[in-house]
Amino acid sequence: MPAEHRHGAETALNTRPAPGRDPALFRPLRCLWGTRLRHPFTLRVPTGKLAPRTHPVRSEQPIRFPHVIDFHQVHKAYHVNGQAIAALQPCDLHIARGEVFGIIGHSGAGKSTLLRLINRLEAASGGRIVVDGEDVTALDADGLRSFRRRVGMIFQHFNLLASKTVADNVALPLKLAGELDASQIDQRVAALLARVGLTDQARKYPAQLSGGQKQRVGIARALATEPKILLCDEATSALDPQTTASVLALLAQLNRELDLTVVLITHEMDVIRRVCDRVAVMDAGVIVEQGAVADVFLHPQHITTRRFVQEAEQVDEDAQRDDFAHVPGRILRLTFRGASTYAPLLGSVARETGADFSILAGRIDHIKDSPYGQLTLALTGGNTDAAIARFASADVHLEVMR
Amino acid sequence: MGALFPNVDWPEIGLASLDTLSMLGGSLLFTVILGLPLGVLLFLASPRQLLEQRALYGTLSLVVNILRSVPFVILLILMIPVTVLITGTSLGVAGAIPPLVVGATPFFARLVETALREVDRGIIEAIQAMGASTRQIVFHALLPEALPGILAAITVTAITLVSYTAMSGLIGGGGLGDLAVRYGYQRYQPDVMLITVALLLVLVQVLQTAGDWLVLRFSRK
Ligand SMILES: Nc1ncnc2c1ncn2[C@@H]1O[C@H](COP(=O)(O)OP(=O)(O)OP(=O)(O)O)[C@@H](O)[C@H]1O
Ligand SMILES: [Mg+2]
Repeated sequence: MPAEHRHGAETALNTRPAPGRDPALFRPLRCLWGTRLRHPFTLRVPTGKLAPRTHPVRSEQPIRFPHVIDFHQVHKAYHVNGQAIAALQPCDLHIARGEVFGIIGHSGAGKSTLLRLINRLEAASGGRIVVDGEDVTALDADGLRSFRRRVGMIFQHFNLLASKTVADNVALPLKLAGELDASQIDQRVAALLARVGLTDQARKYPAQLSGGQKQRVGIARALATEPKILLCDEATSALDPQTTASVLALLAQLNRELDLTVVLITHEMDVIRRVCDRVAVMDAGVIVEQGAVADVFLHPQHITTRRFVQEAEQVDEDAQRDDFAHVPGRILRLTFRGASTYAPLLGSVARETGADFSILAGRIDHIKDSPYGQLTLALTGGNTDAAIARFASADVHLEVMR
Repeated sequence: MGALFPNVDWPEIGLASLDTLSMLGGSLLFTVILGLPLGVLLFLASPRQLLEQRALYGTLSLVVNILRSVPFVILLILMIPVTVLITGTSLGVAGAIPPLVVGATPFFARLVETALREVDRGIIEAIQAMGASTRQIVFHALLPEALPGILAAITVTAITLVSYTAMSGLIGGGGLGDLAVRYGYQRYQPDVMLITVALLLVLVQVLQTAGDWLVLRFSRK
């Protein structure tokens, strides 16, 4: 078994509850954002009141939410001209109820294959897939049809019926299900369109809508039968950045308000960072890394993950290494997460140890709802060892790079 | 008028036109009734489609190809016994319809198959993901989405049928083609030939315009 794959299989079980979901942690952070100050060094926040927060990387916390999607050694090969082409190597995947789970990977990595196994648009070549208590691989034709009504799906190219109005597109899953009468369907459609902000467009045809509006129709349609799971296959890849942001915000809102489990595929780390709780990184049919988004994003292990993060952060690690070669002193990377992002740590360490520091690189942003900062520092003069020890004991993640 | 077209018997032209229209209407109706399901079946059974059935597809495809490769004039003659069996006569409007339908149905079915192929796979996938049965996919997605293409196919088929009706005049099928053959060709009366051809041209023009309008009316892209 290749080492990479083993890694994927091991981390599969290390499920963490979503960051930013813990209400006790959530409230003080809310007040922090209220200040609208983005820079941690100019911000003095009484962090003492906050519970000290540790964030073990790849935490071993037990699973708190029941799983709504479980893959057990699932694999998939396509047969082309009598030859088997492996699209997905045996993998384990556990997605908790109510979380937003991201799958990122390059083109051809097997993301769509993985996603389509969930509602059996693609049949697994082996393994067991349990979704919402149902063994998907064992369903008969009728069972599969009623199962699929409990799982919504949206697509990169929206896949709306051009011949039907917006309202009729949204009504379609309800008509197919045949459980509601016409007036109940009308009511449900009106409510869904209101939810996605398209009440005024009900009588239009898809060709008359913008991309963002089309995807909102797609979302309303996917939610028509009130599924508890929403599968998104590159739902924002055909949209401009601003529209992407609004569609992601809508997905996040639906996730919160409807307790909807969202599985989304993307090739943009930024999409993962904005809405996902956990992420799996795929490369050539293998899940090479998975975990809480903050862990994976801030401390990427696998080369594919690193490239995605670098792409998102627009950092060129090689160029940086060359640049830093000319910088004197020790080089550290500090990662602040949650409340510690805004703690005035650097100033106090510099005062106490007499060490000077210069900032070589840095970023401060949010992962989903929680703030983070990552700084690369050069330390010179004073007691650098004491300074490093002081950072090591503080509520930050320390990486000594040189 | 009388000087320009000395041989033209206008009431007979009128009757022949009505015959042509009823042959066209009757044969088009049966062609669509038979060809649409056949086209849908061809599409569903074809490789990598919903009901992939290689043997069925191969057989249907072969039958369709054989019928399409027989020249219509030959088909007309070959069909005579069958026509007599179905309608009791091989002459007139009733006698013309069965060969017309048999000649046009395979052609129309292929056009329907092509129109269905044009439906975005993603749409079929989306409706599958909603839990639709194959029947629901056909009636709620494939046919509505392919409607403009199917209307265009009906238009092309109708126009093909117009020329087929003229040909059926050869074996006494009645209508404008019959007139053209009997007077224009056998008695060498070019004025009758001219009038019948002009009327057929008008018919083709009207059909194409109406078809184009319908296609446009139902296109939402
Ligand atoms: N229907 C199919 N038949 C044969 N091979 C397929 C089929 N679908 C996908 N594959 C192959 O399986 C592999 C994974 O494909 P998949 O579509 O899952 O990738 P992806 O990660 O979704 O890529 P993208 O970002 O381009 O959508 C690819 O090598 C692809 O060529
Ligand atoms: Mg894909």
